[in-house]
Amino acid sequence: MADYVLRRILALIPVFFFVTVVVFMIVHLVPGDPIDNLVRIGVTPEQKALIAARYGLDQPLYLQYWRWLTLVLQGDFGSAIVLRRPVMDLIRENIGYSLTLGGLALCFSALVGITTGAIAAAWRNTLVDKSIMGVVLLGSTVPAFWLGLLLILLFAVTLGWLPVSGAKHWTALILPVVTVGLGGMALVARVTRVSMMDIGRQDFVTLLHAKGVPAWAVQVRHVLRHALIPVVTLLSLRIGLIVGGSVTVEYVFARPGIGSLLIRALGQRDYPVVQGCLLMLAMAVMIGTLLGDLVQAAMDPRQREESR
Amino acid sequence: MLLSVENLQVQFGRLQALAGVSFSVNRGEVLGLVGESGSGKSLSAMAVMGLLPLSGGRVSGGSIHFDGTDLGSLSPKAYRKIRGGKVALVTQNPMTSLDPVVRVGQQIDQAALLHLPVDRTEAKARTLALMDRLRIPNAEMVYTLYPHQLSGGLRQRIVIAMALAGEPDLLIADEPTTALDVTVQAQIIQLLIELVQERDLGLVLITHDMGVVARTCDRVAVMYCGRIVETGPVEAIFASPRHPYTRALIGCIPRHDMAPGDLVGIPGVVPSVAAMPSGCRFHPRCAQAVSRCFTEVPPLSAAGDNHASACFLTDQPGEAS
Repeated sequence: MADYVLRRILALIPVFFFVTVVVFMIVHLVPGDPIDNLVRIGVTPEQKALIAARYGLDQPLYLQYWRWLTLVLQGDFGSAIVLRRPVMDLIRENIGYSLTLGGLALCFSALVGITTGAIAAAWRNTLVDKSIMGVVLLGSTVPAFWLGLLLILLFAVTLGWLPVSGAKHWTALILPVVTVGLGGMALVARVTRVSMMDIGRQDFVTLLHAKGVPAWAVQVRHVLRHALIPVVTLLSLRIGLIVGGSVTVEYVFARPGIGSLLIRALGQRDYPVVQGCLLMLAMAVMIGTLLGDLVQAAMDPRQREESR
Repeated sequence: MLLSVENLQVQFGRLQALAGVSFSVNRGEVLGLVGESGSGKSLSAMAVMGLLPLSGGRVSGGSIHFDGTDLGSLSPKAYRKIRGGKVALVTQNPMTSLDPVVRVGQQIDQAALLHLPVDRTEAKARTLALMDRLRIPNAEMVYTLYPHQLSGGLRQRIVIAMALAGEPDLLIADEPTTALDVTVQAQIIQLLIELVQERDLGLVLITHDMGVVARTCDRVAVMYCGRIVETGPVEAIFASPRHPYTRALIGCIPRHDMAPGDLVGIPGVVPSVAAMPSGCRFHPRCAQAVSRCFTEVPPLSAAGDNHASACFLTDQPGEAS
C-alpha cells in the first residue's frame, strides 16, 4: 500500500508541470491586458510600454513563463499588478472562507447524500423512495444561486432565523453550505441508491443472507460498503470544487473566497492573481483525485492490484 | 426426515413458478434434484432457505418441514437462525459468491460467529481446521487472501467452508461444480460426499448433469417446469427410467461407446413460466405424447419401490433412449 501511495504521488509531478503551462497560456492568450486597468484614458503607447516593462510583460511568453514557474516552485506566486500586493497574501486571506464553505458543503453532500440514498434503496419503489428522489431531482436541477436567493427569502427575510449574508457568525454559514451542497448531495444520493440496488442483486449478497446475516447488517456492512466505492470517486472529483466552485453562491451571500477573488482578477486581467487562483484550483482537483484513488484502494483490494 | 417438502407452490406475482413440488432428504443421504435450467430446482432451494422475498417470490402453498419444524410458521428472526446454522447453501458460481472486499478467512469466520457460541479466536481456529479438512493448501496464508487472488476451485472450497462453518445439518448445493474446470469438478463432488458421510449431513445436490447424479446420489427427483416428474432411488431411475423426460436426460450423458452423432439433446426448449403448456408440461417436447397428455395433468404414480413417475405411460417402462 505504501508503495502504491508513493507511485500515485510521483505520477502527479508531470501533471503539475502540464497544468502550469495550461494555466499560464490560458491567462496570457485571453485578449486585453492588466495595463489598461492601471492607466487613465489617453496615455501614450510609450508610457504603456514603460509600465509593461516594469512588470516584465514586454518579454517573450516563454521567458515570462519561466520566471513565473521558478517563483511558483519557491512558493511565491508573484505580485498582483492591479491590487499591488503579493498574490500569496490575497490567496491566504480568502482561502479559509472557501475551504470552510466548500468543505462543509462537501461533508453535507456526503453525509446527507449517502444517508438518503441508502434509505431510498432500502425502501425502493415506496413513497419514501419517491419523495427522496423527488427532492434529489429538484436539488440536481435548480441552479445554486437561485436556490440561495430562495433560501435567503424564506429563512432570513421571512422567518428571520438566519443571517442574510456575511461571514461573521457561524450561523451565516448554514444557508450557503446547504446551497452549495445540495447539488452534490443530489448526485451522491442517486449514485448511492443505484449502486446499492446493483450490488444487492449480486450472488454474494444472496449468500450473505443464506449465511444468516441479519438483513440490516447485509445492507449496511456489506452492500453499502460496496456501494460507497463509486461514491468516493464522485466525492473526490468534487474536492476540486471546494476551493473555487461556489463563486455564484459567494456573490449571493456576499462572502469572500477564492472564487470571488478569481472573478475580480479576471475582469482586471490581473495575470499573477488569475494564475495563482487557477493553480490553486488545479492543485485542489489533483489532490482530490489522489485522495479519492487512495481511499478507493484502501476500500477495495482489487484496485490495489490492478494498478500494480 | 431431516427435510421434507410437501406440495410446495411458489408464485411471483400471479405467475406460478412451482406447482406442487415434494421431496425429502434424510441425514447421511444425497438427493439429486435434476432438471434443465428453468425447471425450478434453484427456486426450490431458495424456498427452503426462505430467501424467495429477495427476488420477489413467495410460497403460496404447501409446506417445508425441517427436523419436524414447519419453516413457514417461523418468525423472520427464527428463520435467520436456521439459515447457515441448520441449512446451508453452496451456490453455483464461486467467482461471484464471495464478498470481493473481505478476506476469505473472515467470510468463513462470520458464519461460525453468527451461529456458534465462539469468540473470534475460536472462530478463526475452527476456520483454519475446516480449511485444512477441505484440503486447502497453506490455510494460514489463504485465510488472509481476497477472493480474486484464488482459483475457482479454491474459491468453491471457501464457499463450502463458509456453508459448513455454522455446523448445519443440511447442505443445499446448487450446481456446485458448473462453473469449475472438469478436473476440479470431480474433487469438489468427492469432497461433498465425504462430508456427508463424516458429518451425517443431508445433501440436496442440484444439478443438470445426470452423470454426476449417477455417481453420487442415493435418490433422485427429476424436475420439469416447476413439477417433479419422476422420483426414486438412483439405481431404479437409471435402470428403468419411466418418464420420457428422465430418459431424455439420461440420453444426454455422453458414453465412450457412442458413435459420432449418437449424442442427442432434447428437442425444443423449456417453456417460460408465463406460457406453460396445458396438461403434461413436457408434451410439446415428448415423442410419445398421446392426446390425453395435451389436456390432463398426469399424477405422480407409483412405479416400483419408492419409485414414482408423472406420466400416463408410466406402466410401460422404456429403455433409456
